[in-house]
Amino acid sequence: MKEKAVVQGFANNLDARNRRGVLWHVLFQASTVVGIVALIALMLNIINSAFGYVAYEARVDPDTLAVDGTPIQDQSKDQLVALIHSTLSSGAYNKLDNEKPFADRSLEEVYQLVVERIVRPKVVEVWNLWPSLTQADAIRATVARDHPDAELDFVSWLTTDFVTRPQTSEPLTAGVRTAILGSLWTILFTILLAFPIGVGAAIYLEEYASDNWLNRIIQTNINNLAGVPSIIYGILGLAIFVRALEPLTSGKIFGLVNLTSENGRTVLSAGLTLGLLVLPIIIINAQEAIRAVPRSLRNASFGVGATKWQTVWSHVLPTAMPGILTGTILAISRAIGETAPLVVVGASTAISFDPNSPFSKFTTLPIQIYQWTSRPQDEFRSLAAASILVLLVLLLSLNASAVLLRNRFSRRF
Amino acid sequence: MTANNNADRQYVMETRDLDIYYGSFKAVTGVNMKIERNAITAIIGPSGCGKSTLLRAFNRMNELYAGTSIKGQVLFDGEDIYAPQIDPVEVRYRIGMVFQKPNPFPKSIYENIAWTARIHGYRGKMDELVENSLRQAALWDEVKDKLGQSGLSLSGGQQQRLCIARAISIKPEVILMDEPASALDPIATLKIEELMQELKKNYTIVIVTHNMQQAARASDYTAMMMLADRETRSGTVIEFDDTKVIFTNPKDKRTEDYVTGRFG
Repeated sequence: MKEKAVVQGFANNLDARNRRGVLWHVLFQASTVVGIVALIALMLNIINSAFGYVAYEARVDPDTLAVDGTPIQDQSKDQLVALIHSTLSSGAYNKLDNEKPFADRSLEEVYQLVVERIVRPKVVEVWNLWPSLTQADAIRATVARDHPDAELDFVSWLTTDFVTRPQTSEPLTAGVRTAILGSLWTILFTILLAFPIGVGAAIYLEEYASDNWLNRIIQTNINNLAGVPSIIYGILGLAIFVRALEPLTSGKIFGLVNLTSENGRTVLSAGLTLGLLVLPIIIINAQEAIRAVPRSLRNASFGVGATKWQTVWSHVLPTAMPGILTGTILAISRAIGETAPLVVVGASTAISFDPNSPFSKFTTLPIQIYQWTSRPQDEFRSLAAASILVLLVLLLSLNASAVLLRNRFSRRF
Repeated sequence: MTANNNADRQYVMETRDLDIYYGSFKAVTGVNMKIERNAITAIIGPSGCGKSTLLRAFNRMNELYAGTSIKGQVLFDGEDIYAPQIDPVEVRYRIGMVFQKPNPFPKSIYENIAWTARIHGYRGKMDELVENSLRQAALWDEVKDKLGQSGLSLSGGQQQRLCIARAISIKPEVILMDEPASALDPIATLKIEELMQELKKNYTIVIVTHNMQQAARASDYTAMMMLADRETRSGTVIEFDDTKVIFTNPKDKRTEDYVTGRFG
């Protein structure tokens, strides 16, 4: 194209403008790349810890358990049950029998029990995935030299057993079922508290509240509350839910005195505390979504003589719902990863029974991860890595279901 | 300023010394006009002179905009619709409105009308009501096979007729139209104008329009609005008469300048 004739007062600066555009383009792309690299590094780091070689020794030599020269792996179920009966205390034996009668357990399960409770393998050393892949021979040599009795296995710390087993103090048999259930119970109460109250408050502030100084103060404070550090909510939860409302949160007023949780350090307290924590986030996002509903739609509704409530319920809320759910997804993701407030509220660090009511003691996945990472032994870090993967999967599946729900709303018309 | 001198019972609405404020700003000053039953009254005038503001005051839609207030009276069947015992929802039920931009509900064509009827407690045959409303709005033949589709899937002109069908489904006594054809092409505009002539038999229509040919073609009475003076930027009705008089023999020089295109 022929260059445009120079007009008085204008400069031909198209090249300079394009160069500046390219510069910003590169900068924005670079920031995206940095983000992706960080994410990949995080995932690789976790995966690196979650798989690898483990050297372990039996605390009780299995050979000593052989009966008439038959090693335990070849023994019959009755022989194994007899072994359990004679080795464990009668209390422990009865407890196992109560959980699931030995008559109903398969040979496989009984054998597992013998390994867990009698042989009790002990981890002596663990290796991460990268050295396990690249220096397998050196690892084998090290084990043969330092721990001649130890067995070396390549294990995935993340297994279906890991997800379904309760917590124990033995790394090789520990699982996160307790923590997963704790997280789910907690998040259930978080949603039950925060979603209806948050959306209700947002509707009030956007649709009903008049623009006076009191409501402006409330609005400002909600915005500020969204930025309050989570540990402060923990202290609030401790004071209100655990202490002040103890009869409620421990289930006493419902006559459900649970010996394991005579205090308010329960799933209910944790859920309500996290509910308070995410409430401002849900309110602010819901307000944004409600504000984004076009005036023309409200006019249409009022113009045919609808009341304010009919307008809000039939038009404003359905139109705002995808936005409200997006905000809720963000809030739930935040709640499910919170650790600090739950530490203050009193999450248990070592419980092996599943939470089964709002008044159960609880632990959650982030608490479990925090607790395992703070142990000195390497094997617990591998367990923590595996738990992180479980937490990520749990988070993604909760989010996916919320996204599906949101899409159902936005597809209506 | 009355359009003619017939007996009062022919008038369905009347304003008395109506002032409309946005906060402390007086947008419309001293409007006195009577709206005749089963006639089309057009409000014309340059941009920003308060035509839409005046129209919204006729069914209290202006109250949905923060900070608005009025002085004076708006009578509907002789009763002041701004009286404290009057519910604005009731006012909007009896005095319907069609807006500048077509705004069907994001629901099916059927539901657009059915929802409107349901909130007012309609217990009759819904299918019949939907069909009759769409027929009256001259839309039935175009949509009868796709009543389940979204109202937003229609063309602009069809959407506007759906909005009219929605408005008349609850049998209002007056229909206010705020530039209903300004977002439409000439063919759709013509359809809306034909429809207005049809609706006039059963309803009273007040229409705000920028389009002077439209006012001349379609209306029986015309109110000419203009800023009362440059200082206050407050609009008022400077002349209100038979449409023929306004367009052929206006009394006010400003009206003549405006309708002949010498003023804009």
